[in-house]
Formats: sequence, C-alpha cells, structure tokens
Amino acid sequence: MTEAFARANPHHQPRGPNVHVIPYNPEAPDQTPSLYPPYASTVKRSPSLPLVRIPQTLTEVTGPGAVWDRLLGPAMLDLTKQHKGEPLGQRIIVSGRVLDENGRPVPRTVVEVWQANAAGRYIHARDQWDAPLDPNFTGVGRVITDDAGRYRFVSIKPGAYPWGNHKNAWRPEHIHFSLFGPAFATRLVTQMYFPGDPLIPIDPIANAAPGEARERMVSRFDIETTQEAFALSYIFDIVLRGRQATPFETQP
Amino acid sequence: MSAETFKQTPWQTVGPFFHYGLPWKGGADLVAGEGELGARLDVIPAGHYLLGPTQTAREPAAGEPIEIVGCVRDGDGQPIPDALVEIWQANPQGRYASDADAREAAALDPNFIGFGRASTGVDGVFRFRTLKPGRVPGVGDALQAPHIAVGIFGRGLLKRLVTRIYFDGEAANAEDPILALVPEPRRETLIARRDGGVWRFDVRLQGDGETVFLEF
Repeated sequence: MTEAFARANPHHQPRGPNVHVIPYNPEAPDQTPSLYPPYASTVKRSPSLPLVRIPQTLTEVTGPGAVWDRLLGPAMLDLTKQHKGEPLGQRIIVSGRVLDENGRPVPRTVVEVWQANAAGRYIHARDQWDAPLDPNFTGVGRVITDDAGRYRFVSIKPGAYPWGNHKNAWRPEHIHFSLFGPAFATRLVTQMYFPGDPLIPIDPIANAAPGEARERMVSRFDIETTQEAFALSYIFDIVLRGRQATPFETQP
Repeated sequence: MSAETFKQTPWQTVGPFFHYGLPWKGGADLVAGEGELGARLDVIPAGHYLLGPTQTAREPAAGEPIEIVGCVRDGDGQPIPDALVEIWQANPQGRYASDADAREAAALDPNFIGFGRASTGVDGVFRFRTLKPGRVPGVGDALQAPHIAVGIFGRGLLKRLVTRIYFDGEAANAEDPILALVPEPRRETLIARRDGGVWRFDVRLQGDGETVFLEF
C-alpha cells in the first residue's frame, strides 16, 4: 500500500498481499438491455437466463488502456486523409471529453471510431445497399484523449441507410465509438447521433436506451468550434463507469 | 456541469460492419502479434483494411503458446458470423499488464499485454493464440484459478456479454471464488476442454447449454 493511497483511504483493508481492489460502479439501471425485441436480431442473441453477479477482482479492475498504442498502433485522427483524394460529403469535426461518473476526465485513453460514408454505405462486402462507395473514404479512426480527457477527429458526416429490421427501416446518421477506459469493467461501445435527426425517435437501436438515456448519445452542434471555411463541429461527451468515490466510508 | 451530465453513456451494438473498425491484423495472436489472426480481410475491399499489425516490433512473449478455439452460436444453435470476441488475461506469472496491478512479486513480460480481439468467421468460429495465465488474487486472500476474461460483441448484441474461460483439469478450479458463485450444473459452460492440440471454448448466447454470463 502506498502512503498516498493509505492517506486517501484510511480505513482500507488490503485484500491479500499488496492487492487493492477498488470496484467500479455497477452498470446504471438505465443502461441498454441485451434484449430489445423491436431490434429483431436481439431476440435470438440475448441470454435467456439471469446473469451471475460476481465481485470485482483484479481481473475486472485492470485493463490494457494505458498501452493502447502497443496494441493497436498509432492514432488515426483524420478520416478524410487516408486515401489519394478527399472523400465526398460534409466535412465535420467531432470532439468532446471522456469522463467518469464523478466527472473526472479519463486521460490518455483510446477511442476507436468507424462509420458509413456520406451516402450511408459501409466499406464492407456485406453491406448490400446500392448507395455508392467512395474510394477515398474508409471511415475508420483512432483518437486519444489528452490529460483533460479531450479528443478530436476530422471526418465527413455519415449518411442514413436502410437496414431491413422492419418495414421502411432506416438507421439515423451515426458514428460508432468504442472505448476502453482504465479497466475491463469500463469498456463501452456506443453510437453518436446528430442533433435533430428525425430518424432517432423511430430507430429501435437508439431507443433500446430507455427514456432520456437515448439523448446522451446525441451530439450537439457547436458554432464556436466550427472552423471557418473548413468544417462543421459537433461535440459529444462520453461518460464511462466511475470508481466508487469513497468506497470505505461505511466502515467503522 | 450538473450531476445530470455524468450519467453513463448508453451501450449500443457494434452492428454487422465493425470488421474494418475494430479487429486489427494479428489482434488474436497475443504471443507474437503477427499475421492476420483475428481480422476478416475477406469482407473488406483491398486498400481499406487499415488496422494493424502494430508498428512496434517485439520479441514473442515468453512461454508455451496455447490456442483457444470456439464457435459462437445463437438461440437456435446457428453459428454467428458477425460476432467479435475480446479477451483480457494475466501473464503466466499471474501479473496483469495494467497500472492497476502493482504487485512486484509477479513479473511483467514486456512482450505480453494480455488483450486480444478476434472476429468470428463465416462459420462462427474464433481463434486466439495466447499463453496460459497464472493465478491472480481473488476475493479476500483466496487465489483465483487460471482464467481469461471474455467479452462478446456483435450484430444483435446491444451490449457486451461477459464470461470467463477456465481450464479443464486445473485443481484450482475447485476452490475458485468466482466459479463457486455459478450454479454447479452450469459451471461447465465456463471451462475450456482439450480438443486435439487446442483448447475448445464454445459460446452459446441463448438456449441449450447457454453460457453463463457475468455482471459486476
């Protein structure tokens, strides 16, 4: 136990030799469920039996977040500069902060992003929609938060696309986000939506997040960071599971 | 910012088209990190697979490599060709390559991180090449049996499903504090078995032999 840790946690009892497990908060009650029948593919792909609750051990509170670059390679911050020419579409800047539930920044964590092109087509053989591919756009990026948890990347606005889940089903424009955070327990994959998209209220995937939780995935347009004669700016803050702030205060 | 602002961002599915966004070439080979294991180059046009292998050249990790192979199946028993499996584990000395594991008694291997990512193929099968993890502390003073944390993602999975891989024949399984929380008849779904030269670990998302999924 370090002296600093001992001062911060005067009642902490080590669990085993030199092991301190400060658990992360549980999944929020309004987190997305695994089963949401309006998203038809969840019906056969979600567990039917209850999950088994386990205590967090060293396995759950550790993670590879600090060594992302050794795992994944260097950052890819500009999705418009990955090929010979510029991709078609509305150029955008997406930025924001990665925080925990206590409002603390999550620094130096990797954020992986991927998206469809401006016509709503993915660079993927299984995407059979006949909107055009763009040879100058793959739609994949990898950005790193700074010491204040901020990230930023340049892309083009993705298009909406049909997906066959139900009659006349269209996905709203979105960018996929994947985050590690500091631990196996803080992993998050989400989707960022755009403000005012009329498809959001009728999209089963977005609406799998109950109540106002859905709104936390909608970015906001920001004129201040919109870059003159270059790109529109959208801001999207992400909140990961936080560590219990004072985990031992109930002990004598 | 008000407290309202700090609520967890909701989970969303990775969808069916994550193959150019998440699995990097060699991401399922935790030992050497070379080759294309884990990636699905068959579904991405030439010139558009931009992920890995990583640029950092390194020696292979020290230890006897093992292979873990499994099929991910849905509630009808059908293989899932658009799933993604992630693993996180300690090294053979029982040390996690993480700031949160500061135990100096167990040595780090600079060539082993212990995180991997594998796409399932058209047959629903994923494959990892890794090292068998050592034991790590569990609850109280009890050590855990060797295990690997597993996360499963895919089309139709709105959020990650978490499970664990244990190894058949480990005496320590009998005293593992996490396995003990799993109803006995279902424990076998967490135990990889020897199958030829590999460890077999199939995942059933729903239905007969449904895998035990964990929350914490």
